[in-house]
Amino acid sequence: MNLTLKVWRQKGPQDKGRMVTYRVEDVSPDMSFLEMLDVLNERLILEGDDPIAFDHDCREGICGMCGMVINGVAHGEQVATTTCQLHMRHFEDDAVITIEPWRAAPFPVVKDLVVDRSAFDRIIQAGGFISVPAGSAPDAHSVPVKKVDADAAFDAATCIGCGACVAACPNGSASLFTAAKITHLSLLPQGQPERDSRARAMVEQMDAEGFGGCTNTGECTAVCPKGIPLDTIAQMNRDYLRASK
Amino acid sequence: MNKHYTEGEPIRDTKAPAGPIEERWEKRKFSAKLVNPANKRKMHVIVVGTGLAGGSAAATLGELGYNVTSFCYQDSPRRAHSIAAQGGINAAKNYRGDGDSIYRLFYDTVKGGDFRARESNVYRLAQVSVNIIDQAVAQGVPFAREYGGLLDTRSFGGAQVSRTFYARGQTGQQLLLGAYQALERQIAAGTVKMNTRHEMLDVIVSDGRARGVIVRDMVTGEIERHLADAVVLATGGYGNVFFLSTNAKGCNTTAIWRAHRRGAMFANPCYTQIHPTCIPVSGDYQSKLTLMSESLRNDGRVWVPVKAGDTRPASEIPEEERDYYLERIYPAFGNLVPRDIASRAAKNVCDEGRGVGPGGLGVYLDFADAIRRLGREAVEKKYGNLFEMYERITGEDPYSQPMRIYPAVHYTMGGLWVDYDLQSTIPGLFVVGEANFSDHGANRLGASALMQGLADGYFVLPTTIGDYLANGPYGEVDDGAVAEAEAAVQSKIERLLSVNGTRTADSYHRELGKLMWDYCGMERTEESLRKALERIPELREEFWQNVKVSGTADELNQALERAGRVADFFDLAELMCIDALHRTESCGGHFRAESQDADGEALRDDENFAYVAAWEYGEQGPVLHKEALEYEYVKMSQRSYK
Amino acid sequence: MIERGTSTAQVDPPAGAPAKPVTPPRAAPAKRKGGFLGSSNGRKAVMAVTGAALVLFLVGHMAGNLKAFFGADSFNDYAAFLRTMGEPMLPHRVALTIVEVGLAVAIVLHMWAAITLARRASRARPVKYAAKRKSQAGGYAVHTMRYGGVIILLFVVYHLLDLTFGTVNPAGWDGTPYERLVQGFAPERWWVTAFYAVAVVMVGLHLRHGLWSAFQTLGLASGRSYRPLKAVAATISAVLVLGFLAVPVAVMIGVIK
Ligand SMILES: Cc1cc2nc3c(=O)[nH]c(=O)nc-3n(C[C@H](O)[C@H](O)[C@H](O)COP(=O)(O)OP(=O)(O)OC[C@H]3O[C@@H](n4cnc5c(N)ncnc54)[C@H](O)[C@@H]3O)c2cc1C
Ligand code: HEM
Ligand code: HEM
Ligand code: SF4
Ligand code: F3S
Ligand code: FES
Repeated sequence: MNLTLKVWRQKGPQDKGRMVTYRVEDVSPDMSFLEMLDVLNERLILEGDDPIAFDHDCREGICGMCGMVINGVAHGEQVATTTCQLHMRHFEDDAVITIEPWRAAPFPVVKDLVVDRSAFDRIIQAGGFISVPAGSAPDAHSVPVKKVDADAAFDAATCIGCGACVAACPNGSASLFTAAKITHLSLLPQGQPERDSRARAMVEQMDAEGFGGCTNTGECTAVCPKGIPLDTIAQMNRDYLRASK
Repeated sequence: MNKHYTEGEPIRDTKAPAGPIEERWEKRKFSAKLVNPANKRKMHVIVVGTGLAGGSAAATLGELGYNVTSFCYQDSPRRAHSIAAQGGINAAKNYRGDGDSIYRLFYDTVKGGDFRARESNVYRLAQVSVNIIDQAVAQGVPFAREYGGLLDTRSFGGAQVSRTFYARGQTGQQLLLGAYQALERQIAAGTVKMNTRHEMLDVIVSDGRARGVIVRDMVTGEIERHLADAVVLATGGYGNVFFLSTNAKGCNTTAIWRAHRRGAMFANPCYTQIHPTCIPVSGDYQSKLTLMSESLRNDGRVWVPVKAGDTRPASEIPEEERDYYLERIYPAFGNLVPRDIASRAAKNVCDEGRGVGPGGLGVYLDFADAIRRLGREAVEKKYGNLFEMYERITGEDPYSQPMRIYPAVHYTMGGLWVDYDLQSTIPGLFVVGEANFSDHGANRLGASALMQGLADGYFVLPTTIGDYLANGPYGEVDDGAVAEAEAAVQSKIERLLSVNGTRTADSYHRELGKLMWDYCGMERTEESLRKALERIPELREEFWQNVKVSGTADELNQALERAGRVADFFDLAELMCIDALHRTESCGGHFRAESQDADGEALRDDENFAYVAAWEYGEQGPVLHKEALEYEYVKMSQRSYK
Repeated sequence: MIERGTSTAQVDPPAGAPAKPVTPPRAAPAKRKGGFLGSSNGRKAVMAVTGAALVLFLVGHMAGNLKAFFGADSFNDYAAFLRTMGEPMLPHRVALTIVEVGLAVAIVLHMWAAITLARRASRARPVKYAAKRKSQAGGYAVHTMRYGGVIILLFVVYHLLDLTFGTVNPAGWDGTPYERLVQGFAPERWWVTAFYAVAVVMVGLHLRHGLWSAFQTLGLASGRSYRPLKAVAATISAVLVLGFLAVPVAVMIGVIK
């Protein structure tokens, strides 16, 4: 298949950036989206051009490194799929595809489609952990955990930190990401001692990073490749209110 | 005969304490000197890598009060390749009461490693495995649980006891997030300074000791020098030398290869694990291979057509024209034979022209019987997410037509040689996780890499590195050594950028990978290895004459990053082939066609090869140092799965 | 070349060493007013609580309006009751004033939260996507909240001038509430009714999302309760819309005169 790509190119953080159109031919429908870009990049390198910079690593949907807004939708329209797992068979021949980086002030563009998501790490630093120095843990069976709680905690814990939720949210809110971690830890008995301080610190860090507030729009969960559910946000709100009493 | 290498002094001391095996680790812990808590803050440790091994090591060293600087090439420490591990983690908890014990885990691992691992190390690994689970649970790792609220376990990779703890198909992710969160906590506390998007390009060795690293800031291109009292490498495996593997795209050998060039010995480079159940290659553009959990073999049946060149769709091939070759050749274990056996059998039937799918490189993994027996719903419940992943990638529905699978490079048992303290042959350079030559011998059992990485990082290294640091201080760092390392890095970058040839680094990498797969892959022969050893230097030469890297050094330049990694893969590939050539026996992940029994099974040669091959870098070619392996507790025997 | 970290005590970069540029250059996270009301979650809670108060008012208001169907007296009595509420414990019109002040405060806080959060949101998303963003979540009500709120506000201003103060009402300040009502929605003033209709529909949309959203914001929702909550929100919104529209429409078509 043949495609026309409109790609956001930006040399560096200071550059203004612009959309550039490329034509790619003989794309196999079995290629992944990133492989299609690989092919284009090989060509660009040989032409002495700068290849299109994009983040990626595992290419199997688990590291959370990849991510671009494809035709206006974070990670593309295929549901529950990261960009690296998106395959070209979902596009039509001769399609025009627009490719842009995540857009949010706390995610400044580094180059082309690469953005800086370190704000997420700082939200975790604020309290997204349970404090247990190595070697000080009690036997794993000393605290049973209800299966339903363990399963729900797991569902929330599957967030890969890709940032699609922020990219999709009209408010540039990091609520889904933050809520996923708060929910994961506050559903487990091990997470209780730090529950209040964690919720307060993480929510406030999220604000301090410049993310917007959530107005329960639901775009985030719709594009989330791991399907992190919206009720994690309710859990975060609950924990935050509880902690603010 | 051109031997490609020379032989040096054997390695006699691995620093493992003597005495009963159960007491060795206790003994070592007690004999280790302690650092005065007030001094820890002044001790600077560099940890490169934030996977299970590096992340847990940096977090723990930070908790202990050391001053830690950590690096990774991704944009966040949470994205290290460990995140991709699916199946689970072993631990000798014996929560099931099914006869497991530290001793049994030790025994299974030594045997599974085809008697090429050290007993002392493996025993310690089994001991510490128990603490890992406690630690992870306390951190909030949401392992699978049973209705009673206790942890669930399963049996994995043919083990006869149920000792594998898991978090659905995302065990690596959950364990890594636990370590990552502990690390972020230390970053917030100020004990660890994190540098993301930084690639380590050299080790600074001053006065014979590792005293720092040279790194490149991948965003600005700045070359930075970081000095320390000790350096820890936790940079993962080098399976990407094959270009196509189940590893993440960024996995590289640069860090350990540079250390090797500076004097760290490289052990057993030829031991690579090939995983039998991966999604086959679909075309030339393919950038990586995806692993399908091994658990699929519990219910799926593996087959190929009886006739070579049979291109009918699976549904049109009648039962009697199908060859369920694993069940036929290994009636006792059937589809559940260990990874190396299953992989080689698949290769053999494909070599006979009976492979299926594009290029004839694939075999069927068929669930039709399972669906008939258990019902579609039960199959969906068990494997639904894997089936979905398969369909997403191939566009084929595995409920209505059999999956196609093929073996792929998955893990590298080789790595930098380390002693019992995890210290390499450069004093002050410690190596943990997949980057070291690990405790898996010639073959790693399922669910044991996660265990080893975390054992190293949470429990072993923090003790042993303290001993090294307590014996310091080691004086000022020699400026000349720093300048020399930095200049070497600069000049390599400049050279790559100045060639301005006509082929991309990726295209060379692809060619090198294919060559390695064909000649140093699942099956090696003297002939194939010699061919590889002829071809690799030629290709490397061509690479350095004709590679094209666009862009400049002082910006984010992914073409440059790749070219640098490919350059190191060339050198490593050569050493792998030399190691494979010299080891004329078959063992574990290394199958030499010349060394097989009458049934075509791997034949070990314990008389001549019961040693670790540790390679020293030499300008005139590598120098082999042998570390003899002795088995006091587990009797050496041939593995048999018939 | 940058040198950081040394082998011995010194850890910070040597004095005079070039400071490492923050990679990539980004504004230091703006310091926000700390505490509950400074946080976006706190402000959302304010919005939810004030919104809830306004909803209660609307339910009562709608019920009161329906009295118009029982004739002028019933309606005027009701209006009078509002003013004599609480008597003789409280002086004339005090209870009503308290309610009014409460409403005013609620509206002000609600708007304050809405406006500050909207500004925060637009700072968080300064660059729009070139490709038209397709809503993946569906639901149009969500996207009317902000401008819908503004329309509601404009409406309330007009509405007060119309039916409370009579400034823009043909019956004027002196008319009884019932007169203002009947003359205000007279058939020839169909555009007033139309405007009311638009506003009321806006209120309906606002609440259709706002109601369940308030539960979510206050952490009272959960995965299982989303469907029922949304159904309840839609029902209440629909009842309010129909209830409010009934009176002006009835006047216009002459059922109430
Ligand atoms: C698909 C898959 C499934 C697996 N499943 C299992 C399983 O079920 N059970 C099991 O036990 N094992 C499994 N394994 C193996 C296991 O995941 C790995 O062996 C293990 O996670 C390696 O951990 P590590 O910490 O040593 O290295 P990695 O996790 O690979 O981390 C390497 C780190 O080093 C950094 N790094 C590398 N090079 C540089 C450089 N030059 N400069 C700076 N930083 C650098 C990276 O940024 C990264 O942070 C699986 C492996 C794969 C590929
Ligand atoms: C004065 C003009 C108004 C403005 C500008 C306004 C604006 C907003 C905005 C922007 C929201 C947030 C949307 C969201 O959460 O998705 C909101 C929520 C809400 N509004 Fe209003 N609104 C106004 C009037 C009203 C009125 C009159 C009522 C009640 C009758 C009301 C009830 C609510 C409720 C219940 C919510 C939900 C709160 C939440 O999401 O937590 N609003 N409003
Ligand atoms: C469309 C149908 C409506 C009718 C017929 C109607 C009618 C009235 C009347 C007659 C009054 C004056 C009461 C009095 O002074 O005694 C009034 C007051 C008021 N109405 Fe409405 N109203 C309608 C809709 C609304 C809506 C949708 C809102 C809010 C969004 C609203 C908010 C108010 C407020 C705030 C007052 C002032 C209350 C006070 O001063 O105590 N009304 N309305
Ligand atoms: S919540 Fe979903 S979209 Fe957001 S970072 Fe996590 S995985 Fe990505
Ligand atoms: S899209 Fe944004 S508004 Fe809330 S529900 Fe999701 S964070
Ligand atoms: S590259 Fe890892 S999730 Fe896409």
